[in-house]
Amino acid sequence: MAEPKTKYDRQLRIWGEQGQSALEKASICLLNSGPTGSETLKSLVLGGVGSITVVDGSKVEVGDLGNNFMVDESSIGQSKAKCVCLFLKELNDAVKAKFVEEYPEELIETNPSFFSQFTLVVATQLVEESMVKLDRICREANVMLIFTRSYGLTGLVRISVKEHTVIESKPDHFLDDLQLNNPWPELMSFAEAIDLNVQDPAAHKHIPYVVILVKTAHEWAKAHGGALPSTREEKREFKELLKGRRIAMDEDNYKEAIDASFKVFAPQGISTDLQKIIHDSSAEVDSNSSDFWVMVAALKEFIANEDCGEAPLEGSIPDMTSSTDHYINLQKIYQAKSEGDFLIVEQRVKNILKKIGRYPNSISKATIKSFCKNARKLRVCWCPLIEDEFNHPSLPALQKYLTDEDYSMAVGFYILLRAIDRYAANFNSFPGQFEGGMDEDISRLKTTAISLLNDLGCNGLTLTEDLINEMCRFGAAELHSVAAFIGGIASQEVIKLITKQFVPMCGTYIFNGIDHKSQSLTL
Amino acid sequence: MADSTAPQSRSRDLDKLLLRPGNLVGPNFDPGTEMRDDLQQYARVLVVGAGGLGCELLKDLALSGFRNLDVIDMDRIEVTNLNRQFLFRLEDVGKPKAEVAAKRVMERVAGVNIVPHFCRIEDKDIEFYSDFNIIALGLDSIEARSYINAVACSFLEYDSDDNPQEETIKPMVDGGTEGFKGHARVIMPGVTPCFECTIWLFPPQVKFPLCTLAETPRTAAHCIEYAHLIKWDEVHSGNAFDPDNPEHMKWVYDEAVKRAELFGILGVTYSLTQGVVKNIIPAIASTNAIISAACALETLKIASGCSKTLSNYLTYNGVEGVHSKVTEFVKDKDCLVCGPGILIELDTSVTLQKFMDMLEENPKLLLSKASITHHGKNLYMQAPPVLEEMTRSNLCVPLYELMGRVPKDILHATGTINNDNKKTSGLRKLRIVFKGIDGVTDMDMAGGA
Repeated sequence: MAEPKTKYDRQLRIWGEQGQSALEKASICLLNSGPTGSETLKSLVLGGVGSITVVDGSKVEVGDLGNNFMVDESSIGQSKAKCVCLFLKELNDAVKAKFVEEYPEELIETNPSFFSQFTLVVATQLVEESMVKLDRICREANVMLIFTRSYGLTGLVRISVKEHTVIESKPDHFLDDLQLNNPWPELMSFAEAIDLNVQDPAAHKHIPYVVILVKTAHEWAKAHGGALPSTREEKREFKELLKGRRIAMDEDNYKEAIDASFKVFAPQGISTDLQKIIHDSSAEVDSNSSDFWVMVAALKEFIANEDCGEAPLEGSIPDMTSSTDHYINLQKIYQAKSEGDFLIVEQRVKNILKKIGRYPNSISKATIKSFCKNARKLRVCWCPLIEDEFNHPSLPALQKYLTDEDYSMAVGFYILLRAIDRYAANFNSFPGQFEGGMDEDISRLKTTAISLLNDLGCNGLTLTEDLINEMCRFGAAELHSVAAFIGGIASQEVIKLITKQFVPMCGTYIFNGIDHKSQSLTL
Repeated sequence: MADSTAPQSRSRDLDKLLLRPGNLVGPNFDPGTEMRDDLQQYARVLVVGAGGLGCELLKDLALSGFRNLDVIDMDRIEVTNLNRQFLFRLEDVGKPKAEVAAKRVMERVAGVNIVPHFCRIEDKDIEFYSDFNIIALGLDSIEARSYINAVACSFLEYDSDDNPQEETIKPMVDGGTEGFKGHARVIMPGVTPCFECTIWLFPPQVKFPLCTLAETPRTAAHCIEYAHLIKWDEVHSGNAFDPDNPEHMKWVYDEAVKRAELFGILGVTYSLTQGVVKNIIPAIASTNAIISAACALETLKIASGCSKTLSNYLTYNGVEGVHSKVTEFVKDKDCLVCGPGILIELDTSVTLQKFMDMLEENPKLLLSKASITHHGKNLYMQAPPVLEEMTRSNLCVPLYELMGRVPKDILHATGTINNDNKKTSGLRKLRIVFKGIDGVTDMDMAGGA
């Protein structure tokens, strides 16, 4: 058998060995194995998730052959959970797969403790009432939960986790941590030792821009009472100063310095996002606090006591035009400061652990190091209980969405997805689910939607007739491509939750398969 | 809750969309069993690529009411495909992707017929592509997309008012992914921008300056590219570097390590070496599933009219939350590929050879070693030798005669295009107008075939 690592090469380049290991330890429960659920699990199984348990009480029908890749002719009459489970096992035999032939609603009603064994539950195609009950159960048991629904050309994905902390958020674009506006002594000495006015043209154009900016900023500060350029005029003047130092037009290092000069003007200190995190009440730690919050508490102390209010230095520098020598030496200086900051934070972590009655080495060096490197990019997501959102959605947000052209169809679908569950509770079927009586269904759905909007306090706001008609046209159809899209989104979010890398979605993602203006709604 | 009196149909869910009238639908939507059955019987879709996107596309299309699919891919299955190309198993490594993918989908979805083509897209002639109603692309290179785009746009004809003729529009749906990001777009040649119209969307490939590699390396990637691009040729002159040869890769890695040690640079690993040399794009199952699903959905909509279509470019980013955006790009009316064509006015006396010489010099074309076709008929073929010999005699015949003495018409020319000193193979559309020919001058006559 081929080395398993090779198979996962393309994804290891994204979430690394640690992420892969977290996936391989996870156990996932799937509720309902129609295409929406089975396509979600497909991506997770391919990715090497530890174990899956498929829960579905239904049997395979002829209609399922038209939308579910994981069942075929021979499955008709058999347990859908069993057939889907079999197919998934074939996709990746390293994954442990089980099935439970029961309706999710019954498990939710009669055996809530069933869910405690899992890392995460993927709940698909549940109606509101079941969603609310399951949400409470999973919150109690501290099990992560993700809801998905696929309905005609629309659908939704929504995470429900009390608190999700992310150290490795790996954002696409994030400013490098050069601290050009606040160089520490070793960086200053390094820069001072380099003469910008060196005679040799080759040497002149291979001085890294970091050195150019540190020296020029220092000169400026000396001439301006310690302050750095702040007004538009001053910034322009500073750039002119840099331009004046060029001895030829092809000096890329000076071009880079000019382009990067904004880093000198940047305000010192930490971002508002990070402020929010360190000032959160969870940072007042006790013996029940998670490792993350213990480290945040240490970070808070670091910021308050060291370094003029900066987070620990990240330690890496971007590539830049430079001689190899200068670059390597510069790298070492940044790495040394980063290491030094880390040691301070590590000591504080140990002290805090002792104070709250925990073993001082219980958080590993590697974890603390990663925390320090990612300190400026920490993220925390809190999700309200779905019940709270259903009962008290943010009215201003709803109104804003309903009147914004880019959001109106998505929020229209959001309302209608709730309305159809109300409708089903009243009339025992979804609007348009069966042939005949379409006009009556449309009118009933309209009334249901209006009463829902009224209950939410949005009296007077309406949905377009076209959208209501369309929702009835869908008739609770579970279309494969829509299920595959939603399943893909859901599986991606599951991966983020389990690996604790990248940032999971907030709010409810509404899929809009008509014009593809899908949106995440925070209500 | 199922209605047990009605006979169960495979098409239970799709029927809701295909049999029922709606208001947010395509302009010519004609709901009913006839349309649904026509879709099954007659609609032909070509899936280009049987990799991460292709596998998903085949599944999605097979479960969207299509019965006649073709798939084309020149590659064989590798172990690193298995984390997302779900139609393949470990035992399939080494087999042609197109063949295994077709087989697996046909095994699971009864009634669907998929014809695999294990070859390069350039190996098929234009007629092959003209047989399809829609072309769905699951490609991983700009060059391949460019090629198919040119082929599809070559079918496009314009009327005398420079409006595209609807029956010559060959729709394409194109998807691409990279890590957590991706895009899906609908291309209606002549109506929406084609791939070339918006080529600026693709960022230029990162290339390290030679002097950095040779004199002032700073990063592990610099050391690797030095070994790959400079040292290899110095030591192995004549023997081309093969990224798929593990011995070649190991050599580059060892040299990169040596260079890194020399300069005190950290970070050269075998994995990084592979990544830099092969330009490996990280890939996961979920993004491919998302983008293919969007493409398949659009394909269904275009074929059936069952809903409004994406207009016209969807970008997706799942790194931080889930973000998608729809942009309506506008076509470039001067586009060389989907535009009305390069207008070339000729005297009726101009021979085919003279015409080909003009193509090479024309600054809008710079096309050399041209092969010329006229509505599928070979006027001159550079290769294979048999065809070259057969068509050689046309070179001294006036083009006007060869084209059947029509006052104007479209020619297709394939050949080598000189693009900024980079030579690529390409296909161009040429609108030929013969000077001094009087009489009927509308395009209808020309486009009648």
